Amino acid sequence: MGRGTAVAGCPVARRPASDRFQAMDVSFDVLVVGAGCAGMRAAIEAHDAGARVAVVSKLHPTRSHSGAAEGGINAALGNKAEDSPETHAFDTVKGSDYLGDQDAIEIFTREAPGDIYQLEGWGCVFSRNAEGKLDQRPFGAAGSPRTVYSADITGHVLIQVLYEQLQRRMSEGLVVFEEYFAFRLVEDGGRCTGVICWDLLHGGVKAVTGSATILATGGAGRLFRATTNAYACTGDGMAMALRAGLPLKDMEFMQFHPTTMYPSGILITEGCRGEGGYLLNKDGERFMKRYAPNALELASRDVVSRSETTEIEAGRGVNGSVMLDLRHLGPEKILNKLPGSRELAMTYAGVDPIFAPIPVRPGAHYHMGGVETDEWGLTPLEGLYAAGEVACVSVHGANRLGGNSLMETITFGRRAGRHAAEYALGRTAAANGRAETARADAEAWVDGLLAVEQGERPWQIRDELGQSMLENFGVFRYPDKMDRQVGIIDELRHRYGRGVVIEDKGTVFNSDLTQAIELGYLLDLAACMLQAGVVRKESRGAHSRPSDFPERDDENFMKHSITTWVDGAPQLSYREVRMTKWEPMVRSY
Amino acid sequence: MAVLERSRRQTNIETAGDAPATTVRLTIARSDAGAVREFRVALTQPAVVLDALLAGQRLDPSLGFRYSCRVAMCGTCAVRVNGRPTLACQQPITPDTDELLLEPLAGFAVVRDLVVDTSPFWNAWRRVVPWFMPGGPREALPAGDASRAEVERGLDCIACGACWSACDVVVTNAGYLGPAALNRALTLVADERDGARAERLRVAGQQGGVTHCHSILGCTAACPKGLDPSASIRRLRRWSLVA
Ligand SMILES: Cc1cc2nc3c(=O)[nH]c(=O)nc-3n(C[C@H](O)[C@H](O)[C@H](O)COP(=O)(O)OP(=O)(O)OC[C@H]3O[C@@H](n4cnc5c(N)ncnc54)[C@H](O)[C@@H]3O)c2cc1C
Ligand code: FES
Repeated sequence: MGRGTAVAGCPVARRPASDRFQAMDVSFDVLVVGAGCAGMRAAIEAHDAGARVAVVSKLHPTRSHSGAAEGGINAALGNKAEDSPETHAFDTVKGSDYLGDQDAIEIFTREAPGDIYQLEGWGCVFSRNAEGKLDQRPFGAAGSPRTVYSADITGHVLIQVLYEQLQRRMSEGLVVFEEYFAFRLVEDGGRCTGVICWDLLHGGVKAVTGSATILATGGAGRLFRATTNAYACTGDGMAMALRAGLPLKDMEFMQFHPTTMYPSGILITEGCRGEGGYLLNKDGERFMKRYAPNALELASRDVVSRSETTEIEAGRGVNGSVMLDLRHLGPEKILNKLPGSRELAMTYAGVDPIFAPIPVRPGAHYHMGGVETDEWGLTPLEGLYAAGEVACVSVHGANRLGGNSLMETITFGRRAGRHAAEYALGRTAAANGRAETARADAEAWVDGLLAVEQGERPWQIRDELGQSMLENFGVFRYPDKMDRQVGIIDELRHRYGRGVVIEDKGTVFNSDLTQAIELGYLLDLAACMLQAGVVRKESRGAHSRPSDFPERDDENFMKHSITTWVDGAPQLSYREVRMTKWEPMVRSY
Repeated sequence: MAVLERSRRQTNIETAGDAPATTVRLTIARSDAGAVREFRVALTQPAVVLDALLAGQRLDPSLGFRYSCRVAMCGTCAVRVNGRPTLACQQPITPDTDELLLEPLAGFAVVRDLVVDTSPFWNAWRRVVPWFMPGGPREALPAGDASRAEVERGLDCIACGACWSACDVVVTNAGYLGPAALNRALTLVADERDGARAERLRVAGQQGGVTHCHSILGCTAACPKGLDPSASIRRLRRWSLVA
């Protein structure tokens, strides 16, 4: 294996290659659900640890949303200026508004550099300086330039490298079930033993079983109408875990990215501001100097999103947006450093940033909350792990720093893959008694969905959900709007529960069916978010209540919200934040 | 066959409601002979073909097509628009557009409507040993260096399959690796950190490799990311002759 980041003191059993199984009716050691950066990294690690690994994904792996990440990935390499894991940890703790678990953050920042060098060793084409060392760019709220990048296609390059490593292992027996839509977890005797999937290309409900299962299904940006997230980001893994009785953590924290293009929500990377871009209001004023005099445009994302929203609410916006101006950077810098952003602005906003500013506004971008895990990605259910955006370890707390989430997918994907493999190899194969029953149950449920002949179309509910979430549970959260939204979610869930019509009754590539299931997930998650948001009577990180609780309240709310599903509704409790050495301070930039 | 209509108000998938609407008539190649082939959709500007497909799917939910990122980054949504392979999410529908013909990519078996079986594409990709094998110096490809430019030129391939669809050779020669796989091979061969140059050049030079390319440049014309796979193939050909 030979990697600097391998777990010390954990000898791993090796199985001969001939022992790997390919057939579908066989139980795998480790089953990974999702094939973005987190899922692929986990699968690679589990395979290298000797496990028989299967990956199921509703998209072909390279289509995963990780590929859309532009800006970069954070590790304290210190190539550009002095830096250390300790500084990275402090920035992350502060950025999290003291809601991140400090032990997890310390592990994260300590192991990140080794993970970056490993990616480099796999051929990742990162941008470099003139000596050939990995270059690092400054990113918001970072004490040192520590964001490793690849021009502005960092996620694409990571996905490509991970997929190649995955392919290499496919030639050694790793199995990928492409276009398999997972929609239920199988639990047997207090352990997770696999997932039930809908086979998109061939139709049919199938059970894929494993001694350990790793959820790596990504985020849930599609809850909001303006979002940077792909259509596939519907929070499936979180909803599956919730319905299996698992706790979700910090659900109310959705990060709004301050520079998403009007009107589509398509992201313009923070790299634009890292390279020196200005944010202007309708008077041409660089308004960030009033909100964050030192960090200006590079203040933490929540600070910038709130400043923009304040400007827009005060009537100093243009078309509900502000302007991202790059013109002063000059054509050469724009063409060399930010070619992808220029292309996007031209195609989706009809603006060439060399000549004109880009209209931008906050859009739902990254969900800090997720399935609660420990620092190995293990959930409270034996045999079930989660990694990447679906999980909440928590390293991001109330607010994620740009560049930390790609790093999280790699570092915690690796850790989950390692731990899951060790767990699986250390025990006899999962008892699969329940799998067939669970599959048959799930099939009956799908048949029931398809049997509905009268009622609403799912997209009507989906549109109302996205629009109302943006209006009532966006950057600023006001009590009256939240109340209204609770009512709206209740009503939408009621309408959905009455039965929506799936008009397509076919088996092959029935996206009508999967979209209807995804909508059910989104509605459950919205209910969880709202409940946690209403009860969190403070402002922290991405959760901002300017009218009634504008301050952070460490005494009452420096704690994680925990949501479980009880009798068809979310139920809230709290868990302490794990602290090591950083006492909460006022967060200003 | 009836043309399905939809109102402007309902169309609003991704764009704001205040922009002017463009009404477009779509003709979509359907795999089920009985399915509706013609749709009329109204779209707010700026609009792309994916917006039209999503609007069409609301009229007929059985309409099959793939998509995800909607920003030309994931490579999922490639189709032929008026005969030309491209990304549905990147192809603008300008206000003066009246009609569009949408078909699945050529060179693949159709699964449903615009959804094709891409496995031949990925099988070819796998044949070029598409994974990096360390061998050269670690600190290489410095900023501004020619070696780096060579690697970066082909790096942004999102494996959408538009080039495959545009390639005349792929259609007639089932063993041909095709532009995307060869472009990937070139990117790895050009990387001085890689240790498998000889092996990759051997694969590229043998049966199914660079010699089959007729230099018709269909791939380069089609690439939605603006890459030049035919130039990659030419370079590979030169290098494999020298090797
Ligand atoms: C536009 C954009 C730019 C970003 N830029 C940056 C950046 O510069 N730096 C940074 O650190 N972070 C960035 N982020 C955040 C970061 O990219 C994501 O948090 C991260 O990539 C998530 O990776 P993941 O592996 O958890 O999920 P994803 O990459 O979303 O992968 C999810 C996987 O799960 C599969 N899946 C989902 N549901 C199911 C199901 N029901 N059944 C089967 N499979 C399923 C999907 O097919 C997919 O393979 C950005 C995010 C966006 C939206
Ligand atoms: S939807 Fe991703 S490339 Fe078009």
